[in-house]
This record gives sequence, C-alpha cells and structure tokens, in this order.
Amino acid sequence: MTITVTLNGKRITDDVAPDLLLYDWLRQKGCLSVKCGCETTNCGLCTVHVDGKPTLSCAMLAVRADKKTVTTLEGLQEEAIEFGGFMADEGAEQCGFCNPGFIMNVLAMKEEPDVYTWTDRQIKEYLEGNLCRCTGYAGHLRAIRRYLAARQEGMK
Amino acid sequence: MKVVGKAYRKKDAMQLVTGKPVYTDDLKPNGCLVVKLLRSPHAHALVKEIKKDIALKVPGIVCILGWEDVPRTRFTLAGQTYPELSPYDHAILDQRLRCVGDPVAIVAGETEEAVDRAMKLIKVTYEELEPVLDYTKALDHPVVVHPEDDYQVLVPSINCDQKRNLITTEHFEHGDVEAQFKECTHIVEHTYHVRAVSQAMMETFRAYCYHDLYGRLVCVSSTQVPFHVRRVLSNALKLKKSDIRVIKPRIGGGFGAKQSVVCEMFPAVVTHLTGRPAEIIYTREESMTNGSPRHEMSVTVKLGCGDDGILKAMSMYTLSNGGAYAEHSPTTVGLSGHKGLSLYGTPKAYRFDYDVVYSNTMGTGAYRGYGATQGEYAVECAISELAEQAGFDPITFRKMNMVREGQIMPAYYGELCQSNALDRCLDRVCELIGWDEKYPAKRMENGKIRAVGVALAMQGSSISQVDEAAVELRLNEDGNYHMLVGSADMGTGSDTTLAQVAAEALECELDDIAVFGVDTDASPYDSGSYASSTAYLTGRAAYETAMELRKKMIHAAAGCLGIDEADVLFDGKTFSDESGLHSMTLRELGVHSLGGFSGRMLSASVSRVSPVSPPPFMAGAVEIEVDPETGKVEILQYKAAVDCGTVLNPNIARGQTEGGLVQGIGMTLFEDVQFTDKGKLRNNSFMQYKIPTRLDCGDLEVVFESSYEPEGPYGAKSIGEVVINTPAPALTNAIYNATGLRFYDLPIKAEQIALGLLHRDER
Repeated sequence: MTITVTLNGKRITDDVAPDLLLYDWLRQKGCLSVKCGCETTNCGLCTVHVDGKPTLSCAMLAVRADKKTVTTLEGLQEEAIEFGGFMADEGAEQCGFCNPGFIMNVLAMKEEPDVYTWTDRQIKEYLEGNLCRCTGYAGHLRAIRRYLAARQEGMK
Repeated sequence: MKVVGKAYRKKDAMQLVTGKPVYTDDLKPNGCLVVKLLRSPHAHALVKEIKKDIALKVPGIVCILGWEDVPRTRFTLAGQTYPELSPYDHAILDQRLRCVGDPVAIVAGETEEAVDRAMKLIKVTYEELEPVLDYTKALDHPVVVHPEDDYQVLVPSINCDQKRNLITTEHFEHGDVEAQFKECTHIVEHTYHVRAVSQAMMETFRAYCYHDLYGRLVCVSSTQVPFHVRRVLSNALKLKKSDIRVIKPRIGGGFGAKQSVVCEMFPAVVTHLTGRPAEIIYTREESMTNGSPRHEMSVTVKLGCGDDGILKAMSMYTLSNGGAYAEHSPTTVGLSGHKGLSLYGTPKAYRFDYDVVYSNTMGTGAYRGYGATQGEYAVECAISELAEQAGFDPITFRKMNMVREGQIMPAYYGELCQSNALDRCLDRVCELIGWDEKYPAKRMENGKIRAVGVALAMQGSSISQVDEAAVELRLNEDGNYHMLVGSADMGTGSDTTLAQVAAEALECELDDIAVFGVDTDASPYDSGSYASSTAYLTGRAAYETAMELRKKMIHAAAGCLGIDEADVLFDGKTFSDESGLHSMTLRELGVHSLGGFSGRMLSASVSRVSPVSPPPFMAGAVEIEVDPETGKVEILQYKAAVDCGTVLNPNIARGQTEGGLVQGIGMTLFEDVQFTDKGKLRNNSFMQYKIPTRLDCGDLEVVFESSYEPEGPYGAKSIGEVVINTPAPALTNAIYNATGLRFYDLPIKAEQIALGLLHRDER
C-alpha cells in the first residue's frame, strides 16, 4: 500500500505492507532514536508524535500514518538538546535507551496549556506510560522541574 | 580534590538524550541475517526429530540448525573469571530440553517475515519426560536434569553432584552456634522466600556477528562482560580467542542480566557456519522466560540474643533454585549468608549452610545484589522481629549489634572492616524520616494507616583475588590523553567516573581525557562490570595507571630539560624545576614523545586485583500508607543514606541509588513470578509482570555518609548493588508496623494484606 507521510518535516511516499508497524517503518527510514522495549504497548519507548500527539508507534500500523505528520526525536534535535541538558545535569539519562520515547512525551507535555501549574502528581500521571528501569524516575522529575522553570523564566 | 567528587555530566549524556544511534541494533551492517530461536513447549523432553525440509523452502531462509548441526561443546554462559565456578552444563543446542523455552532450533533468514514463516513450518517430534519443577524436592529426585557425560566441573570445591541435581553445597561455622543458641533467651527462626525476579532492563538481550577482513569472528553485543563473551564464544565454537573480537557499544541497561552470555552464541554460530552477518534480538517475552533472572531462594534464618539485646548467634540455611542451568549458581548463594550475616558484629558464633539445586525451570543468573539481596531481606526482617521479642525498638537493637569499623568480620571471609559509616547512615535516615515521631504507626482520620520501617544493607566491592581490571592511558601530541578501558559502562557512568579518577591524578580537566571502551582487540583486559567492581577495582587501576604515566612523563621531561628527575615539578600543564628556568609544557612533551626526537611514545597500563572486597553500607527507611480496606500500600517517602566511601560523582551515585531503590520496591510489592503446573512462566511480559512506574515509588531522598576506604581510588568503594537491598526488608517491616501482619514471601500483594487483615479481625 502506498502512503505519504510528512516525516520530520520531509514528505515521503512509500510502498508498505499492510501489517507493517509504524515503529518498524520509522526504523527502516533511519529514525533509529525510536526504540522498542516490550512489544505489548506497556513501556513507552517507541513514543513518537503523530500530528503532534504522543503515540506508541508499536501500536499503530504504518498505513494509518498516511497523510499524517510524524515526528521523532531526530526531528526535534534543538528541543532534545534543551531538555536533554537538564537530564544530563541530573545524571537522569543513565543507560539512555528509554530517553527518546520519554523525551518525546515530555515535549508533548510542555505544550499542555496549564503545565506550569501542574503538581508533581500530575506530571507523573502524564508520563506514567514511560517506563525506566535505571533511574527510579526521581532524576526525571528534577530535570522536568528545572526545565519548566527555565522555560517559564524565558517567557517573562 | 578538583575533579573527583564533582557532579559532572556523563561524557555520553548528550548523545543519549538526543537519540543518537549508539546501541547494538542501531549499528548492524546491511544484509544482516535475522536469527530467531524455535523454543521448547515442554519443561523436560528429548528432541527426537526436527523436520525442516518444508521450512527450508521458504524464500529467504538461509539455514535452520538443530542440535546435530552445531558444534558439540559444553560450556557455561556465566560471565566469570576463568576457571568459572559455574559448571559447564550449557550447549549451543542440546537434544535434551530442560525448561520451557529451551532452544530447539536456530533459524536464520534474509527477513523477519521469512524467519517467522519458516518457524511455523518446522515440525519437531519430542519425547516428553517427567520434569522436576519444585526445587524444594529436586535434591535426589529420580528425574536428573543434567545426566549428560560431557558435563564438566572446573572447580571441584563447589561440591557438585550432577546425579543428585546438586550444583553446590557448603557448610560454614564460626564458633559454637548450638552452644550459643542454648544461652539465648530470645530466638527467632523463619524461612523467607524470594522469587526469580527479572532484571527487566529496557534493552533486551541482543548481539550481531560478522567476519572481519581477516576472517575473524566479530561480535557486537549488549554485554557487561566483553572479555567473558570472547571466552564463551571461543568455548562454544572451538575458536582461538585471538580469532574473536567482541565490541560493546552503549547498552540499554544490564543489572546483571548481561553478565551472562545469553544470546551471543546463536548469531555467532550462524556467522561461523554461513559466513554471513547475523543478528539476534530477544523479544521481551524471551528475555523474561529464558533470560538470566535472580535465583529463587528460600532463606531460613535463626537469630538469638539475651535479655541484654546482644546477639549471641546467627545461622542461615539457603536453598537456591539454579533452574535448568547453573549460571552463577555456585556463587550467588554464598552472598546470602556471607553478606547477610556480616551486617552484625556482636554474635560469638555464625553458621551458614547452603544447597543449590537444578530443576526444570528457567535457568538463572546474576541480578544486582547477587544473593545478598535475598539473604539481607531475611536477616533484616528477622532482626526487627527479634528486637521486638526482646523488648527493643529496631533502631536501638541494630545500633547495639551492627558491624563497626575496625572489626574482623568472621562470616565475611575473615576480612577486616576498614571503612564503615553504617552508624551514621542509620542516624541520618531516622532523622530524615522523623522516626521517633512516626514509629511504629499512626491511624489517619480517613482510616488509612501510616507506618515506618527500616533496614540495613551491605555488599562487596569486586571479587577479591579473582577479578582483574586494567586501564591504559596514552599522552597525545596536543597534551590531551586517551584512556582505554575494558570495563563496561552500561549507563552507570563509569566511563566518566573512571576519567574523573585519572584526571584527578593527572591534574587535568575531565575534558582532557577521551575514553574508549570496549573492544577486546583494543581495550586492556577487564573481567567486566559486575560484582560492584568498576568504580572500586577499575577505578583503582585508573589511578595506578595515571600515576605510572605521570612518572614516565616526568622522566621524559627531565631528559628533555636536562635536569634531574627528582627536581621536576608537574602541575598538570607544565614541567619545570623550582627556579622556573627550565620548563616545558605538557603539549611540548606530547609533540616530543611522538616525533622523531625521542621515539618514545608515552603510555601506561596497570592492572589491579584487589586483596579484599570492602563492603559499602547503607540504611534505608520508608514511610508507607496502607489502606486496610484494599490492602494497597502506598510509599510516601524513602530515605536512603549510603556509605560508598568517597563519592566519585554525586549525580551518578545518587542516580544509582534511586534506581536501585525502585527496583527493590518492585520486587517487594509488584514483581510476581508464577509458573503453570507444566512449568511455563505466566508473567512473561510487561502486561503481567509489573515493574514500578513513576507513580509507584514515592519521594526518594538519597544522602551520603562517607567513610574512607584505603584500598579504593581516593577512598571510594562500590555503589551499584548495595542500593537494591534495603527496600524488601524495610517495606516488609513497615507493613508489619502498619498491620501487625508478618510476611515471609515476596512480593507482598495488596490482596494478601487485605485478606490477612480480614482473617486477623475474624480471629
């Protein structure tokens, strides 16, 4: 089946099998930041943005991305460096394997209209689907808090 | 200190957070064959026939290998220093299948679709055999898991008896335990059960292989033990070690899982036989059902004290389930007692016995804590129970009995405890959690109960007189350094902390040292990143290497300047004499060393074996809220105080601690391991096997109370493993304080608490 997808800002037309997962297609297209951790839609490692919304690419067929805009961390390098710097300063990246999916979800979260007023609990609930086995999540929260504070400071 | 102790970013941090392709599967060459395994549906069976003719006709299938098609060799997958204590009981493929999921055939093809199709078309005839699934009945069971003749034990002192399903057995006694127990007025004895929990690292097992331009086998592997991978592949394929090269890229977590060479032999044998590059990626299910989980153990602890609350004797018997294969079985069990019992220094007598047995359940391996987790869980629960029986609060009782600096530790190989801030750690967590106000429990207005619990922990730092680590440092012509390491940074930040140690010794900036690792062709030998060895053992090697290079540079500079070596001052940038009349920069020395002037490249490499394994210590205190209606346990806060000696990098050490705590919380409250009556693992995905999410772990706070370890680099000990040991006993103790219910089995699930309260109220 032929699909046309705007992937990281570039229009791509491709012929794909009807049962090909978006996750596999993205890796075929060189978006190697996208990782798989579970095959059962439980870990959040394969999170990408489809039309701006965080989506598990292992739970979506590539054909369903037809005429849609798909963004991976490869397409958000500036944002990754900005938020990633806060991760790095906390030592919260650790093995790094879950980072791209987690960061994609954080970058979606930052667009939520009232995110700057959120409690820790709200942040944790938003990101609950992103598993991490290294950090105990504490460094993530510290990084997010500093990142949001810095962004808010920048808006003044 | 200028560099050690600073919270530097990890050297690889920005590459990781920007999603760069740095992991095994990101790096594979084009044309890599897809390798998958056809696995046994039976817990115990013989392969009678593998019909593969139809499957071989699937377009794109390159080979299908059964047990008769691969080299007949026996070896262990345990990543341990040679001669390994783990018996040689593993084959690439075997006619006998010893657990559900044991590999029957290796299928390699051009595409995943072709391989998946072929897997369905292979017809296997099995002769089903009776399995032994209950490890508590496995010893001397009529069903023998490993009857084969080519089974090999390299180290006879493990007392293995394969015909009895006995992997190892030992008796240790110091003092007269029975006589001491007779004098005790208070005794507690219970058996505690820990399941075969899974490391659940985010990147599953994976590796790819290819032949290089010399026709040698190259294996790129997500491993903690590159040099042991080389040995295992050399054993499996009967290749010279010099004909194998192992490369470790970035790896997505290990936690001990990747201290076993779980999957590398499969793509290796495909490349070996076909000459084609080949890759295997375990699914999450395969990683859970046929990985290398923690050893299931039943730990029976008996403790006794007098009315004065001073411990007189401690004894432990551990029965450990090695499962189908004995990777790490003879060694993990030892830590349950040798570390668990050594938390307390007052007893006059210690006894520790153990048996480890085979059964037809999944093979086992190394998981962070490596047996100490199981033993300390048992001891720390029993200590709290004994304290209550003897009329002491659990903090006072621990303070009266805990191991102290300067003591000989009889159950810990007779080692002297040279660095120990456990007392300060305990004081600190009590203060942070508000122990005095909160102990033992408080009923809230909404009916929920808040309670606190505490536990102590220790581990080791490297395997003394066994493991070896080397580092190589080279001076570049611009006055910077290259550091080559063989230890595996698995997200632990060791590439960075090791460079911090070297930078401190060379008086340079962290950025002046580039780190390279790991490639067995280029890196100096290192037994690998396990047994809490990297910061301590490789760290000490980094220090010694830096000091050796310093000496060589000063010698070379003295020659250049025409002054006596003893008169050279070096501040990290410039070599000079006291007058300053003779001086040269490090850059000038770098140029000099690599040009035609001296022909003397400046490099150094020192290897290190530690005579001792200094324990890091910690205390953990948790505050929970239990809902008596549902039994749900919510963790409000967890306070941890760690004595890892000098903290090399506080960010990295804190991250290690927070991660270990949450893994410990997972095994205590959520991570369940259940088998069907046919021996099939039920909890084989993240759907059924729940690891903690960020909503499950409460607020963590980590502080450091450092002692100074003279054997470590700048006083450092290890941190990687000790941090997983306190949650199980601290939570179990807190749940008791909240509910009056004592649990002796993990995980403690909400329904057990709710039902326990119901039954208690009925009584």
